[in-house]
Amino acid sequence: MNSIAALRSAWRALTTNLLRSMLTMLGIIIGVAAVITMIAIGAGAQERVAEHMKTLGTNVMLVFPGSQSAGGVRMGAQTGQMLTEDDALAIARDVPEVQVAAPASRATTQVVAGNTNWLTYVIGTTNDFLEAREWTLEAGRIFEAGELQGSGKVGLIGRTAALELFGDADPLDQVVRVRNVPITIVGTLVPKGENANGQDQDDVLLVPISTLRNRIQGGNAGKLRRIGWINVKVREGQSMKDAEDGIRELLRQRHRVQPGADDSVRVRNLTEVLQAQEASSRVMTLLLGAVAGVSLVVGGIGIMNIMLVSVTERTREIGLRMAVGARGRDILVQFLIEAVTLSLVGGAIGIALGAAATWGVAAFSEWRVMLSPASVALAAGFAAAIGIFFGWYPARRAARLLPIEALRHE
Amino acid sequence: MAFIEVRGLTKVYASGDSVVHALRGVGFDIAEGEFVAVMGASGSGKSTLMNILGCLDLPTSGEYRLAGEEVEAMTPDALASIRNRRIGFVFQQFNLLARTSAQENVELPLLYAGVGRAERRARAAESLREVGLADRAAHTPTQLSGGQQQRVAIARALVNRPQLILADEPTGALDSQTSHEIMSLLAGLNARGMTVVMVTHESDIAAWAGRRIVFRDGAIVEDRCGLQGRSTYTSDEGRS
Repeated sequence: MNSIAALRSAWRALTTNLLRSMLTMLGIIIGVAAVITMIAIGAGAQERVAEHMKTLGTNVMLVFPGSQSAGGVRMGAQTGQMLTEDDALAIARDVPEVQVAAPASRATTQVVAGNTNWLTYVIGTTNDFLEAREWTLEAGRIFEAGELQGSGKVGLIGRTAALELFGDADPLDQVVRVRNVPITIVGTLVPKGENANGQDQDDVLLVPISTLRNRIQGGNAGKLRRIGWINVKVREGQSMKDAEDGIRELLRQRHRVQPGADDSVRVRNLTEVLQAQEASSRVMTLLLGAVAGVSLVVGGIGIMNIMLVSVTERTREIGLRMAVGARGRDILVQFLIEAVTLSLVGGAIGIALGAAATWGVAAFSEWRVMLSPASVALAAGFAAAIGIFFGWYPARRAARLLPIEALRHE
Repeated sequence: MAFIEVRGLTKVYASGDSVVHALRGVGFDIAEGEFVAVMGASGSGKSTLMNILGCLDLPTSGEYRLAGEEVEAMTPDALASIRNRRIGFVFQQFNLLARTSAQENVELPLLYAGVGRAERRARAAESLREVGLADRAAHTPTQLSGGQQQRVAIARALVNRPQLILADEPTGALDSQTSHEIMSLLAGLNARGMTVVMVTHESDIAAWAGRRIVFRDGAIVEDRCGLQGRSTYTSDEGRS
């Protein structure tokens, strides 16, 4: 029996009971659509984390001042021992795993350029900050030694802040005023996008840390060389954990923390956090895919059920086909083709539905989705496999009927 | 060597505790070109015999040779091939595929014979023309009368040019006028050299055959050859 004729006869059998076929396919449709949508959502989440990893830089950790506690009253984050620029220098010098340690402070303040102004983050830091964050210049130059030491009135500007202040004009050599301090833009930063918390990292103005402290913030901060945090980059191949322990120990000594007392600083290992996020989003993808896969299997059982009914209903037809010369194999192929047609048509509808659902999720929610051809191929292949797997038993039952008994079936 | 050789054929059905001897040692020869009516009351074993002759069922013991081939030793696939090439079936209930055109119903044996699409169409159309239904090729069984359905079934039986036509009560579901038309068709096929074996319990239908085998309780009680079958002189009747 040739395959076109077999397909036509399968198609006729399926369209004869159109409603029944549609209901049977529903399981596969929902299963395939669910698999595709879930994988798209999971892949989107993974992609987002991977992107954050890239903007963060590898092997990065942040050191913050710890919390102060006085007489059992704990004062919350960043109330404890102040971090200083010297702490940063010491970390870079004394902890062997550390590649760079960049001190940084931040002020959220209005920046004025000509007749426009913009509230942005002004971060005072050193050139090491760029290395630690793997951030590069788009144009211009980095800070010079004299500017770092002598509170030079220069700045590097991020893409977002530049757009807000200068529009399409070239920000290089323009002057902005930060609390009445004129800052000349000497460099622009390559856009970095959002960080893991959804913050725009390009809405920023970098100035030498001495400039921020002495000219912009002023007051006590200047005298104490206090800083907000330290950006640490650990050398490639070194253990993040060892570096973290080294930093804690060093700062305990420097801050003269009593044995048994709380650390004077908090260390946030961003890379580890992101790796954990990545791992969890991968697990989520698998989990969602598995749950969706279960519905595919349930759909397959639906197909098997209806194929068994179909074989019973059409026993006489099977007998007749055998009487005019069909071999068991012909009958087997015929019913397998019917089952596979059911699952493939269901799979195709499911793919369309899944793509639509993916699009809907992308359009109406904040979630990122990624519809990959691989997941479509996977779902289609799975649907076909389910058709064969669950169609096999009913088809075999049909093929094994004895001609005379099939023909006499009432 | 006869076209059909049957020797010591028995068939025993075991249903629960009771054992039914449907055939108790039946033997006969049928020559090529004969028109045989198999008669008997229901339960006499005639249908069992037909099923075995049609390679739809295997005997419990005994020998059956069809055109020299030992059927009782064959695999299911080989039996399917024999049914396909050598035998055309005509059933009491027509057994046409529902919602399938007359043309496609007739093509069915060719499909399993592996005949190509174009040739299938041509041969099925020719078969339908032979039974006088060329203009009904696109009709489905529900759009045809009982007699027309049986004629489609006959077209299907002869489309693969079989040597043997097995008809199981071919007129059992038809009125006498239509029965006459169907019998004329079968007689015409016989006149063209096909061997026809027909089960019936109506003597006026059996009168078309040139030989009558009567069964009772699984054994042959009468086998009369050389009858003046109507087929010999009315072969063209009813084919207009």
